[in-house]
Amino acid sequence: MEPVTLTVNGATRRLFVPPQRTLLETVREDLGLTGTKHGCELGECGACTVLIDGVPILSCLTLTVNATDCEIVTIEGIGSMTEPHPLQRSFGEHGAAQCGYCTPAMILTAKALLDRDPNPSEETIAEAIAGNMCRCTGYLSILSAVAAVTEENQ
Amino acid sequence: MRSEPHLGIVGRAAPRVDALAQATGRVKYLDDLSYSGMLHGKILRSTEAHARIVAVDTSAAKALPGVHGILTGEDLPVAFGLLPVSQDEHALAVDKVRHIGDPIAAVAAEHPDIAQRAMELIEVTYESLPVVTTMTEAVETTEEPIHGDGPRNNRDREISLEFGDVDAGFDIAYHIREDVFFYQGNNHAALEAHGALGVVEDDGRLHVFSSTQVPHYLHRILAKVLEMPESRIRVTATPTGGGFGAKTDVFSHELVAGQMALITGRPVKFVLTREEVFYAHRGRHPVLMWVKTGFTSDGRITAMSFRTFIDGGAYGSYGAASLLYTGQLQTITYRIPAYRFEGVRLFTNKPACGPKRGHGTPQPRFGLEVHLDKAADDLGLDPVTIRKRNLVSPNTVTVNHLRITSCGLTECIDRVVADSGYLDKRRHLPQGHGIGFAIGAYMSGAGLPIYFNDMPQSEVMIKVDRGGGVTVYSMAADCGQGSTTMLATVVGEALGLDPSDLVVITADTDLTPVDLGSYSSRVTFMAGNAALEAALKLTDLVLTAIADELDIDQDAVEIGHGVVVAGDREIPWAEAARIAEARWGLLVTTGTYKPPKDIKGDYRGAGVGPSPAYSYSACVADVKCDPETGHVSVERVWLAHDVGRAINPLLVRGQIEGSVHMALGEVLMEEQTFRGALHSGPSLLDYKIPTVLEMPRVESIIVESIDAEGPFGAKEVGQGPLLPVIPAVVNAVHDALGIRLDAIPLRPDKVLAALDDLERGGPGRYGPTDLPDYTFRSPLRVDPPPEAVTV
Ligand code: FES
Ligand code: FES
Repeated sequence: MEPVTLTVNGATRRLFVPPQRTLLETVREDLGLTGTKHGCELGECGACTVLIDGVPILSCLTLTVNATDCEIVTIEGIGSMTEPHPLQRSFGEHGAAQCGYCTPAMILTAKALLDRDPNPSEETIAEAIAGNMCRCTGYLSILSAVAAVTEENQ
Repeated sequence: MRSEPHLGIVGRAAPRVDALAQATGRVKYLDDLSYSGMLHGKILRSTEAHARIVAVDTSAAKALPGVHGILTGEDLPVAFGLLPVSQDEHALAVDKVRHIGDPIAAVAAEHPDIAQRAMELIEVTYESLPVVTTMTEAVETTEEPIHGDGPRNNRDREISLEFGDVDAGFDIAYHIREDVFFYQGNNHAALEAHGALGVVEDDGRLHVFSSTQVPHYLHRILAKVLEMPESRIRVTATPTGGGFGAKTDVFSHELVAGQMALITGRPVKFVLTREEVFYAHRGRHPVLMWVKTGFTSDGRITAMSFRTFIDGGAYGSYGAASLLYTGQLQTITYRIPAYRFEGVRLFTNKPACGPKRGHGTPQPRFGLEVHLDKAADDLGLDPVTIRKRNLVSPNTVTVNHLRITSCGLTECIDRVVADSGYLDKRRHLPQGHGIGFAIGAYMSGAGLPIYFNDMPQSEVMIKVDRGGGVTVYSMAADCGQGSTTMLATVVGEALGLDPSDLVVITADTDLTPVDLGSYSSRVTFMAGNAALEAALKLTDLVLTAIADELDIDQDAVEIGHGVVVAGDREIPWAEAARIAEARWGLLVTTGTYKPPKDIKGDYRGAGVGPSPAYSYSACVADVKCDPETGHVSVERVWLAHDVGRAINPLLVRGQIEGSVHMALGEVLMEEQTFRGALHSGPSLLDYKIPTVLEMPRVESIIVESIDAEGPFGAKEVGQGPLLPVIPAVVNAVHDALGIRLDAIPLRPDKVLAALDDLERGGPGRYGPTDLPDYTFRSPLRVDPPPEAVTV
C-alpha cells in the first residue's frame, strides 16, 4: 500500500492504495464517484476521462500513485442537478446524450477545451473530442452542445 | 390516429427527462451499483473453438483464500435459448464448447484479482473436435456437427417460401438481372459492457440487476435455468449504456450472477471486459445473398427470387427470426407481384450472431438497393425512377401478407432528392466524387411475441397520488433511445402535464407491468399506445368527476396545461385529482396494447415481418473516393424518415444521426472477422468505429405520415434510418469511380481491387461470385392475399 494525497473536486483526500491501482478504480471504488465510466479499461474509448490539473486524462491508464499531489476533477465536481455547469445543461438541450454513458467524459473533455480556448471552431471541438467514443449520437449533437456554450454564443 | 395532440407537449423538441441526471453523472448503470460484502465474479472461457470437455478441475481454485463460489456446467444443467425453437445454450458449457470464448466456469471472490487468479487455477481438459469457420465448411462438413447429429448437420434453420407464381413472373419479364452480395458481420459495440448483479434480498428472494433490454425475458429464463418459480425472482434492468440489440438476449453472466448469489448468500457482480463483449456478441450476421429480379421494359418488377445464407455462429439465439428478416421485408417498399425467398442459417464455431439495429434487414436492403441501381442502368432508367415505378401504396397488402398502412415513402424520396440535387449531380461530379441514393423501411414492433401467448405485448399502469403527482409504470427499458421520455411525453400530453413533472418507473419485474422489451422498434408503438390508453382512461375519470362536481356537462370540461378547464374556470390539476379521488377512490388506470389480429398470416414464418406499421426512409449520400489509396469518405448525408409523428423531434433527430453514424461504420469499416476461429481483434482499438472526425454533416428530414393506429400517429425511428444509408454510400462509390463493390465494408483494398479489375478491362467489380452448394427444400407455396397485386 502506498500513501497518496489527491485533491479531488476541491477536497483533499489522503488514501492508501496498492501501487497497481488505477485512478479509475480509485475514483469509482475508493471514492464512490461513479460518474466516471469505463468502456474498455485499455485506453481505447475515452469513457474514463477525468481532468488532472485541467488536462483530460484517461483514468484507466493512470496509476493513482502517479497522480499524487494532483488536482483531479470528475463530473461530480463541475456541477450538480440544481446548479449544473452550462455544458451539462447544453448537452440536454441539444440531445447530446442518448444512453448517457459517454457523457461525463465528453463534458469534461469539452470543459478542458473551453477553459483553455473559450471560442474554439467546430474543427477544434471535433479534434478535442476525437478520443472520446460515443456509440449513440453520431457526435453532431455533441458538437452543437459544445458550440452553444462558447464565449461568443453565451 | 390514436388521439390528436393539442397541447403542444407531443411534438416539442424537449430534452430527455433524465438529461440532467445523465450530464451530472448521477445515472446509476449496472457497474455503478455496489453492496457491502459484494463478491466479484469472473467467467472462464474456452480457448478451443470446438472441443469436448473431458474434465474441469476446480480444486486448486476452490482452495484459494478469498474464493467463495465456483460454478461449472453441471451446476446449471438446464438448456435455454431466447426463442422456443432454439433451446441450445447452457449457462456454462455442459459437454462441449463451440467457440473461443464460450463460458465454461464461473468464480466469485472477495476481489477481482483473486477471481482472476482462481480462473487461472482451473484446469480444463479438452478433446479437440473438427472446427467449422465458414458457411461453405458448415454445409460440407459431415463429421461432428456443432449441435446434435442430423443428416443436414450444421444447418440451424431453413426457410423456403413462394408467394404467387414466380416462374410466370420471370416468363413475362423483359429483362432479368441476377446479383450476388456479401455483407460482413459486425458488433454493436455499445459503450457500456454487459453486466449483472445478483443479490438475495431479506425476504429470501433473488434479485438480479442487469444491463438488459429485455427484463421480462431474463425473468423467464432465470426461472427456467435456476429452476425457481418466477415469483421468487425479481429482475431490474438498469439504464443501459447503449444496447442496439446487444442486450436483447439472455447471457451466461446473468444466469451465473443469480446462481452465485444463491450459493454464496452474498451479492455477486459480473461485468464483462470489452474482449468478452466480442465473444458474447449476438451482432450482425454475415450474409451471403443472391437476388434475381424480372422487370418490364419500363422497369416494373414482375417477380423476385431472394436467397440468403446467414452465418449464425455457434448458437441459435434470435437466429430463426434473423433468418426470416433477411427475406420478409423486401416487399414493404416495392410492389413485388410474385416473390420467392429461400434462406438458411448455418452454425459455425464462432460467437453467436443475433439482432443488431435493423435486425436481419440491413444486409438484404444493401443487396436489393444496389441490385436495383444496376437494373436501372441496364434499363436506361435513373435510380429514382425505377424505384418510384415500384413503390408500395399506403393501405395495401403485400404478396407475402404484410399490411401496409401509413406510408410516407414518396415524400421521403422527393425530399432527399430535391434537397441534395441528386438528379443533377449524378454522373456530373468530378472523378472520385459521387452521389448515391437508396431507400429503406422497418417495422414498428414484431406482430408476435417471442413465446406464444395471447396476452398483451405491452401494459402500462398510471397512479395519481394526493398531491396530484402522477407515476407511470412500464417495463420498457430505456437503452438510450428515450423510451422513458416517450412515455412521459405521451402521458403528459394526455394529462396536460409537463413530461419532466411525471415520475416514470420502468423495467422492474416487481414494480411494473409487462412490456416485452426494447427490441424490434416496438416500444413507442406498443408501450406508447398502452400508456396513451391508460392516460385517456385517467383523463376520463378526472373530467367526469369535475363535471359531476360542478354539475355541468362533461363536454364542457377539458384538459389544459396543468389544469382542468371547466367553462371559464380553471381547476389546478392537483385539486382536480383530489376531487376525482374523492369521487372514484384510488386513481389507478391501466392500458394495454396487442397488435391487430388480422396481421397474422397463416403461413409459417408470419411471426416476423407482420407489424402494426412500417416506418420509411430515403437517403442520399455524397462521397469522395481516393483512387490512389482506395479510401472512401462520406462528405454529406441527406436522410428523410417517415416516423409517423415525431413525439419529440429532438430525440427523433438524435436517432437519425445515430443511425447514420452506425450505418457509416458498417459500410466503411466495421467488421467482426476471424483468423480461423480466433477473433481478429476483440478490442476497440482493432475494431474500427468512425470517430467524430469521420462523421459527415447530416441533413435530417422528419416526415410525418400520422399513422392511424400509432400513439398520436407515431411509428418508429430507432432502427429504420440506418437501412438506406449503407446502399446509398455503395451506390455513390459507383458514381464516383465506376466500380461496383458487392461486398461490404468498403475497405480500401476492395476499392483498389475493383479499380484494378476495371483497368484490366473487367467490369470493375469486387464481390462474391459463388454460393455454397446447397439444395433448398421445395418452397411452401402461399397464395397471395386476394387484394395484393399479382402477376
Ligand atoms: S475505459 Fe476506455 S479509455 Fe479508459
Ligand atoms: S450517448 Fe451513448 S455512448 Fe454517447
